[in-house]
Amino acid sequence: MRAFDYIRAGSCKDALAEAETPGTAFIAGGTNLLDLMKHEVMTPARLVDISRLDLRGITLTDAGLRIGAMVSNSDLAADPLVRRHWPLLSRALLAGASGQLRNKATTGGNLLQRTRCYYFYDTAMQCNKREPGSGCAAIGGFNRIHAILGASDACIATHPSDMAVALRALSAEVELLAAGGGRRQVPLAAFYRLPGDTPHVETVLEPGEMIAAVLLPPAEGGRQIYRKVRDRASYAFALVSVAACLRMETGRIAAAALAFGGLAHMPWRSAELEGALIGEAPSPALFDHAADLLLAEAKGQGDNDFKIPLARRTLAAVLAEATAEEGARA
Amino acid sequence: MTREMTHAMTHDGPDTDHRLDGMAQGVLGRPEPRPEGALKVTGRAVYTGDQQVAGMVHGALVRATITRGRVTTLHSAPVLEMPGVLAVIDDARLVRFSGQGATTKPPAGDAAEVVYHGQPVALVVAETLEQARHAALRLRVDYAEEPGAATGPEEPAAEVELPEKKQSVTGEPDAALEAADAVIDRIYRTSSMSSAPMEPHASLAEWQGGKLVLHSTLQMLASAQGQVAAALGIEAEDVRVLAPHVGGGFGSKLGISPETVAAAIAAQRLGRPVSVVCSRPQSMETTSRRSETLQRIQLGADDEGRLTMIGHEALVSNLPGQKFSEPVQQATPFTYEAAHRRVVHRVARVHRLLCASVRAPGESVGATAFECAMDELADKLGMCPVALRLRNIPKLEPGTGRPFSSHKLAEALTTGARRFGWEHRHASLRARREGEWWIGMGMSSLVRVNTVMEAKARVTLSLEGSALVETDMTDIGTGSYAILTQIAAEMLGLPMGSVETVLGDTDLPASSGSGGSFGAASTGSAVYLACLELRSKLAEAMGCPEPELTLKDGHAIHDNRKVPLATLMGGAAMQAEGHLIPGEAEDKARQATWGAAFAEVGVNAVTGEIRVRRMLGTFAIGRVLNAQTARSQALGGMIWGIGMALTEELVHDARDGHIVNRDLAEYHVPVNADVPALEVHFIEERDDWAPMQAKGIGELGICGAGAAIVNAVHNACGVRVRSLPMTVDKVLAGLVEIDAEAQ
Ligand SMILES: Cc1cc2nc3c(=O)[nH]c(=O)nc-3n(C[C@H](O)[C@H](O)[C@H](O)COP(=O)(O)OP(=O)(O)OC[C@H]3O[C@@H](n4cnc5c(N)ncnc54)[C@H](O)[C@@H]3O)c2cc1C
Ligand code: SF4
Repeated sequence: MRAFDYIRAGSCKDALAEAETPGTAFIAGGTNLLDLMKHEVMTPARLVDISRLDLRGITLTDAGLRIGAMVSNSDLAADPLVRRHWPLLSRALLAGASGQLRNKATTGGNLLQRTRCYYFYDTAMQCNKREPGSGCAAIGGFNRIHAILGASDACIATHPSDMAVALRALSAEVELLAAGGGRRQVPLAAFYRLPGDTPHVETVLEPGEMIAAVLLPPAEGGRQIYRKVRDRASYAFALVSVAACLRMETGRIAAAALAFGGLAHMPWRSAELEGALIGEAPSPALFDHAADLLLAEAKGQGDNDFKIPLARRTLAAVLAEATAEEGARA
Repeated sequence: MTREMTHAMTHDGPDTDHRLDGMAQGVLGRPEPRPEGALKVTGRAVYTGDQQVAGMVHGALVRATITRGRVTTLHSAPVLEMPGVLAVIDDARLVRFSGQGATTKPPAGDAAEVVYHGQPVALVVAETLEQARHAALRLRVDYAEEPGAATGPEEPAAEVELPEKKQSVTGEPDAALEAADAVIDRIYRTSSMSSAPMEPHASLAEWQGGKLVLHSTLQMLASAQGQVAAALGIEAEDVRVLAPHVGGGFGSKLGISPETVAAAIAAQRLGRPVSVVCSRPQSMETTSRRSETLQRIQLGADDEGRLTMIGHEALVSNLPGQKFSEPVQQATPFTYEAAHRRVVHRVARVHRLLCASVRAPGESVGATAFECAMDELADKLGMCPVALRLRNIPKLEPGTGRPFSSHKLAEALTTGARRFGWEHRHASLRARREGEWWIGMGMSSLVRVNTVMEAKARVTLSLEGSALVETDMTDIGTGSYAILTQIAAEMLGLPMGSVETVLGDTDLPASSGSGGSFGAASTGSAVYLACLELRSKLAEAMGCPEPELTLKDGHAIHDNRKVPLATLMGGAAMQAEGHLIPGEAEDKARQATWGAAFAEVGVNAVTGEIRVRRMLGTFAIGRVLNAQTARSQALGGMIWGIGMALTEELVHDARDGHIVNRDLAEYHVPVNADVPALEVHFIEERDDWAPMQAKGIGELGICGAGAAIVNAVHNACGVRVRSLPMTVDKVLAGLVEIDAEAQ
């Protein structure tokens, strides 16, 4: 591990001022950053510890729910308001990592966790994300967990978060703070970036900017489902996951928001797919059509080809469950 | 003053005395808790990586980033400038990978010669662990690379050898197959696997006046002592190895590993104690692994399910020049009857991490694949899988005609079937559905060869009425402390609390060490023999024949006389050494442990995810020494079966052979949620051919259990996966195919 300076921030203002020095990283729960530092995948010279900042509140406002960046994944999953109105979020969180990790992991840190691409973690391997311009060892290597949508010739990594997939389906926004008092709000949709030629730039976060909160619009009602397919029953990242918020009216789909994990460099959403569902009566043919729209551009890399049929089938099952009549649900 | 005696026994034949059954203390066999358990659960047990000694510094291994070639330059100078860095060790004695078990032959030295990607080539030593690891990552290494090295066993470039002793043909297998009413001819694959013990490989070396004191996390100390000495070019007497607590080994700690030798060399060079604790990736990539296997299994049977032909061909791999090859077909010759047989064993020479023993080398993968083929045969014959196995149990060992020391497979099968509720299994596929889940049942036989190893132990009886058991045996989490204490307590008539067991130090009598399921029976027998000797002396003093002497709660009892032990000891502590020597018993009878595994699984019809819903195992292992630790071993074995069937795969990059998933986040061992309620039933028996009538239990559970799951998956959803682990992608492919056919 590279030696680093450790600064414990007393306030957001201090933290942001400290972060202006290049080579500084925030540390929240540390569950991802410390691993990456031990492997020297990330080598910040300075760490600003923001875990004690007063960003732990979960508050209901007229605009929806405001979740402080330091709220732990465990606390967020257990929050009564979340469980009642945004159960999707709670379920996605509980589908991730392990109890111990969730106790430490934070809302902000979870959004910014890095890919689990094996070659990213192994500093002996070429990786454009770790070392821009060095190449991508995952292409032509073992790429079972990699992307089938939105990948580039430079990087085929996926974003590993479950929480972010739920937040994407819930149309969340992130509140960002910058040194000097700047504050902006960015929809999650615009927060993450596809890899393109710059896979090392994963979000629109500017250097030194900090996530202060995640904001959820009021709950839509209807059914919320999070379904995660993984290699073991717990403590494994998603191969494919589907987050769904879906409302029915008189036998037809009135509202649908669907986000996908495990498929791309960021939680994936398709306006075309959602548009095709609205106003329609549920049927296997409709679900198949939805999957066609989702996967039209899907491209396997060899080991991850199975994600294409897996995503298709999982989506159909989630839609069937979300649109089933009361009492008919399995 | 202490009186010393030795009781040596060569294990040549059966023992029908069953002396342990005549003892009075009543602690043996009971589910006694581990005496060191409290230390472990409160974090006070000191493992190798926890050892702190004054002045110690830390080392980190430097990893080769080529597959094959030679180190030409280590650019040490810039690294030596880094904060805290003390030395860069490149020494011709550094070893390339782990040693094998039960041999004093060290692993290959000259680590500058690179034979696999990830091989350690040097050690960086620094004041702190962090500094050492940082510098090790920064050390630039130049290589003269030899391109074109084969890294996969099925690559055309891989040389394939057929070791002469591992091939055999009986009768006319091809003709028999031709004439058979039902034939199975299938290829099965199992993956490269990691032992993945919780405790990483670690060593702390310190030189004290020309002698090496080595704390090292190892399973077999006496042979490791020899390996270290040979690797360093010193005498074994000048090496003391200590390992009082070992956090799992599963084969990967049978021999020394690169960090062991590196720590010793560095400590010598610097004149300071050096600790080398492997990072998790290095613990997985610099030690050893289980070979992947490709197995072709041919079965011929008549229409009543009597096997007429058994063919078992295997392709395994290892580094060039290595003798060890996963003994896939170890149990194939004797598990089932068949007049015509063929065993073919091929070893591909590949540049991947060394292959060595991983828990249950051989049957773990061999019996698993074989039991899948048996299920396919039962299917073809329309026969109950249990009945098929029962029909083919041999009376004498096929081929040699030797008797079986004991053979409880039939009982294990029938008892297991009854307790599991096997009669509720639907013979037809896809017969039970709950929501999205197909439910099915499967079973398999379990079989594992049994063996004992030479072992010594010393037992001292004090005048205060307590006993001390001493041996260099290890407790790798299995319960050695508990059972050795129990054996002495039972034999000497002492409460458990009056017996202390000291392990894990090569200054103590050399034991069998822990491996191959032989630890408890071998070292336990040495303790038993030492106690038998002490009993003889006590009986002499009591004036009665030893078999008539009752020892209980610190007293000797004969006829109407009951005296405290001390009154028989002539004012001095008594000491005896027990020595078990393996003899002809192993040649005269076929000795094995037997069992059966039953599983009920759910297969998700949409995604192909598999959930084991319940599992039951029956185990015939001779005398059960401790019902609790034995059960834990059986559970662990079955869980390894789940891992092999469903999740565990050490992935090698096809381009350079390096291990891709080098940590526990990506090398998937089953977690709690993957492990349902497991039931364990022991079939009570005494195996006369085993000393103490006790056999091994550490490995039997793995030897077929995975097949019960594979077979259950087929029964549930109709998908037969012949490549393990059965990850979602493989099951899904089958489901997609079946769904397409149905449309
Ligand atoms: C073995 C294992 C299994 C896991 N399984 C899953 C899983 O199945 N699903 C899943 O979703 N996750 C999983 N995780 C990941 C886990 O959810 C993340 O590690 C965790 O959410 C990160 O949160 P943290 O607070 O610890 O972040 P840290 O490690 O502290 O930080 C992560 C990154 O975010 C930055 N950062 C943190 N907070 C802020 C902020 N407020 N503003 C700006 N930057 C910030 C840091 O600088 C760092 O770059 C797993 C992790 C492990 C180790
Ligand atoms: S997929 Fe992306 S993260 Fe993985 S090796 Fe390629 S560039 Fe790096």
